Amino acid sequence: MARRISGRGPEQDRSRRMLGLFVLACLTLITLDARAGDSSPLNPVRSAVGSVLGPVEDATATATRPFDQLAGLFRSNRSLRGDVATLTAENSRLRSEVATVPLDRKRLAEYDALSQTASETGYSLVAAHVIAVGPMQSFSRTVTIDAGTSSGVTKDLTVINNDGLVGRVVDATSSTATVLLIVDTTSVVGGRLGTNLEIGFVRGRGTLGDSGRLTLDLVDNAVEPSRGDVVVTWGSKDGVPYVAGIPIGVVESVVSSPLNSSRQAVVKPFADFTALDVVGVVVPNGTHGDRPVITAGGTP
Amino acid sequence: MSTTRDAVLAVVVALAVVFQAVVFRFISIDGVVPNLALIVVVVAAIARGPEFGMITGFCAGLLTDLAPPADHLAGRWALALVLVGFLVGRVRQDARSSPLMAVAVVGAASFIGTSVFALSGVVLGDGALPIGSMLQVIVISVLWDLMLAPFAVPALLRLFDEARPGRLVR
Repeated sequence: MARRISGRGPEQDRSRRMLGLFVLACLTLITLDARAGDSSPLNPVRSAVGSVLGPVEDATATATRPFDQLAGLFRSNRSLRGDVATLTAENSRLRSEVATVPLDRKRLAEYDALSQTASETGYSLVAAHVIAVGPMQSFSRTVTIDAGTSSGVTKDLTVINNDGLVGRVVDATSSTATVLLIVDTTSVVGGRLGTNLEIGFVRGRGTLGDSGRLTLDLVDNAVEPSRGDVVVTWGSKDGVPYVAGIPIGVVESVVSSPLNSSRQAVVKPFADFTALDVVGVVVPNGTHGDRPVITAGGTP
Repeated sequence: MSTTRDAVLAVVVALAVVFQAVVFRFISIDGVVPNLALIVVVVAAIARGPEFGMITGFCAGLLTDLAPPADHLAGRWALALVLVGFLVGRVRQDARSSPLMAVAVVGAASFIGTSVFALSGVVLGDGALPIGSMLQVIVISVLWDLMLAPFAVPALLRLFDEARPGRLVR
């Protein structure tokens, strides 16, 4: 026993020293990355790793695409059960709303105007598949798509799908790009209420799935968002990082805090972030790349 | 021989990182997937001790930090997995005593690794969630890793042992 302890002494010392060394190395990396921000010396390394692993991820995603169907089987069972609940609720809601047809008509006009805006602006889209999803253990909600700079996808472009706003590109290599989803806690999107055009900021809460919600803080505290209001992006200069008029979600409830007299609206996003597949990246008009550019509305 | 060993290890680590982002997304529970890279580090530490565990942990962690679609500060997973490699390496004799112990060690390592990563996020203000959601993620991730361990640990252990003939621990 004594021999074993004395025999292991130096080895233990060595592994302790190594631990210290490695922890220091990690802390140095974290500090370098955190302090330098956008000009981080790790960014070249990151894009180099991305250029190598991106195609590997792409190939693996293509090879394992059949599994998606299998998983869809399980997912659809769960989502069907959810659908039944949703439809039951909706049914009773509709019954009560039959009496309020004029309201419906007004709402329909709003939707019409909304979709018209989207088609009139004529954004150009590059279609892409989601090939990898960052694990929740990393507490950031990011995905990899299979279109990169060779298709005209660059940093700070808007990503949408059929349902609404998905996120924005935060990093792009030649063949892949990383998209920060709007449900991430670090994501802030300028949002506008569809009914009264009031502006605010939509923040992610970091969770997805059925409980995945966004928070809307309105600039004007006196305005009360109402349930069912559609929130769209209000866009920024040159459409970077978000273009205007993309539907984000619908106001689900309003929470008012008496402490700071501000109102927060809980927004249910239109996009289903647990089942993302085909997305579109809004690229500047006239973009040419190795894949076709889809132009909505027919305008160049 | 040493280079083939290193190459095998590098391929295993890279595949683990790619798999948990690409393949496991189909089975994720609210986005939480089995942490295959962590299991590789645990097995490396059980097979060859804390120093090898730490080296594997640093490499696997750094790759997780840099591979797309990671968007957090680089070095956070590296720190978590280096600690996992060290701690598991210290209890490797117990971990090898029975398969059940090995699975328990994976569970403990998963809890420590994910918690260290979560805490580093809180300290650095980098993508932190409310504590409740974080705990939920940690619990689901420990359960995932416990489920994967009975399949992954023996297979990986054989791979690591075969790559280094003559150094089998009893």
